[in-house]
Amino acid sequence: MIEDILFQLELGLPQVVLGLVNGAFYALLSLGLAVIFGMLNVINFAHGAQFMMGAFVAWMLLAWGGIGYWWALVLSPLIVGAFGIVIEKLLISRLYKLDHLYGLLLTFGLALIIEGVFRNQFGSSGLPYSPPESLGGPPVDLGFMFLPKYRLWVVVASLVVSLATWLVIEKTRLGAYLRAATENAALVQAFGVNVPRMVTLTYAAGVALAAFAGVLAAPIYSVNPQMGSSLIITVFAVVVIGGMGSILGSVLTGFGLGLVEGLAKVFYPEASSTVIFVIMAIVLLARPAGLFGRA
Amino acid sequence: MAADSITATPETSRVRGLPGLQALGFNRAQSIAFLLLLAFLAIGPFFLYPVFLMKLLCFALFACAFNLLIGYVGLLSFGHAMFFGMGGYLAAHSAKVWGFTPELAILTGGAMGALLGVISGWLAIRRQGIYFAMITLALAQMVYFLCLQMRFTGGEDGIQGVPRGRLFGVFDLSADLSMYWLVAAVFLIGFLLINRVIHSPFGQVLTAIRENEPRAISLGYRADDYKMLAFVLSATLAGVAGGTKALVFGIATLTDVYWAMSGEVVLMTLLGGLGTVFGPAVGAAVIVTMQNYLAEFGAWVTVIQGGIFVICVVAFRAGIVGEIARWLRVRL
Repeated sequence: MIEDILFQLELGLPQVVLGLVNGAFYALLSLGLAVIFGMLNVINFAHGAQFMMGAFVAWMLLAWGGIGYWWALVLSPLIVGAFGIVIEKLLISRLYKLDHLYGLLLTFGLALIIEGVFRNQFGSSGLPYSPPESLGGPPVDLGFMFLPKYRLWVVVASLVVSLATWLVIEKTRLGAYLRAATENAALVQAFGVNVPRMVTLTYAAGVALAAFAGVLAAPIYSVNPQMGSSLIITVFAVVVIGGMGSILGSVLTGFGLGLVEGLAKVFYPEASSTVIFVIMAIVLLARPAGLFGRA
Repeated sequence: MAADSITATPETSRVRGLPGLQALGFNRAQSIAFLLLLAFLAIGPFFLYPVFLMKLLCFALFACAFNLLIGYVGLLSFGHAMFFGMGGYLAAHSAKVWGFTPELAILTGGAMGALLGVISGWLAIRRQGIYFAMITLALAQMVYFLCLQMRFTGGEDGIQGVPRGRLFGVFDLSADLSMYWLVAAVFLIGFLLINRVIHSPFGQVLTAIRENEPRAISLGYRADDYKMLAFVLSATLAGVAGGTKALVFGIATLTDVYWAMSGEVVLMTLLGGLGTVFGPAVGAAVIVTMQNYLAEFGAWVTVIQGGIFVICVVAFRAGIVGEIARWLRVRL
């Protein structure tokens, strides 16, 4: 029995490791959601659409401007982040005094608009985007499996960016302002910190994280207008499971659930699409505030 | 949640209604609006295409059921498509495979909505506000994936060729006009039931919970039980609406369980007016009409719907009926 399971696991280990790649996207996206929610008290429903925009901007840079992957990895988050600034200034900033639910509704509407525009422009079928040559090449031998270099890079890049975000928020002066403003914005403003600008930039940073994830995803999934919408719903479940109180918590939850999904693909493939939601139900029963949440 | 509540309908002093309609809880303006609605239901099919009207009424009932939660308990469910869609599947299955008569098939759809409402409500009511919305959305996505895999739903094909059957085993419903009267009756019953609930002592407690939950709890009301009951009621009526729609069109598909459908019902209610009695029906009418006329524009419909969402949230939060009511200084 045990041997059986081990054997299956050995066969399925590549799937499990690939689960980590999905986990990398869950981690980056739930991190962005948590950063935005912490500061704005808005659940950014447009996060999936902005993830998709990140991938599309990378594609456009290459197809129309001949600008390659590495520049896209920097430029695309900046461009989509700038778009986020416009949205925050024009629309979201009007809602801070209202019920938080309006923020959800507004960003849902934005997601519909963005997705619809891209579908009109590019159709529903995907566009190809190949990984950079330096990450093409032969797969890396991990001993038990061969992993395409690019997927390894995705996991590493996501870990590095998540860790950097954590460092900025927990260890720098800017991060201290941010955390203080989350607790009591009026007081921080009284100390002479420009809180509205900080809120705008926080939103832009969260959006940029989504776009960064989008560029990472472009060579793996085909670039298409729907790539973000179902992913974001899974990420909502991830956020409910982890709770949005802690940065490291959302990163851990993201990777962990990617792994679990990979395991499900090995042992019970039919459940791989629903396992995260089932875990969400169990967590809600056992610990309603989420694994890392504060009640 | 006090001052910035999502639907702050000031409870003005109760205006006396028209005799007879008072018992339904309507004030004078609402009584007049209700009579207009009755007139529309009665003469509508002689001017407009009955199938279009039936679709409109199914969505109107769906939106009214949704409004019971958002408008009167302040709970934003972003997963109502699961009740609507699963209600449709069960009604279609019971009519086609089990040979249920239409009224029983619709009730089966409602029962499915209730069952699903009990399960998802039991999970989701543990959290509030934004988390509640995310949990219902995630649960609905899970139901969508299950529908994609389960045998009886027919996966991508859906359940097709569902017979309308004979009402009570007697009246043949295959003619659109006869089906219309059934749909109109289902809508009216659902609409009046919701209205009765809103104006009952139970409904007053729901409003109290919406306005100030800790206070309601401190007064001795078990808020979670009240929310649960409202949630299940809303889910049941959404199931009834979905079941009716499946019978009208003879088909139940994945479209009705997809997250976009959950978004659509939010949009209808928001556009019509959150927390108004007639708003959701008006919102549903506008959106269904719009989809009908703009169908040829494809993805632009999504863009327009998104645009309406944004405009409603930023500048038009009272909705169509809410604005009219404010303008006339009445409650509608």
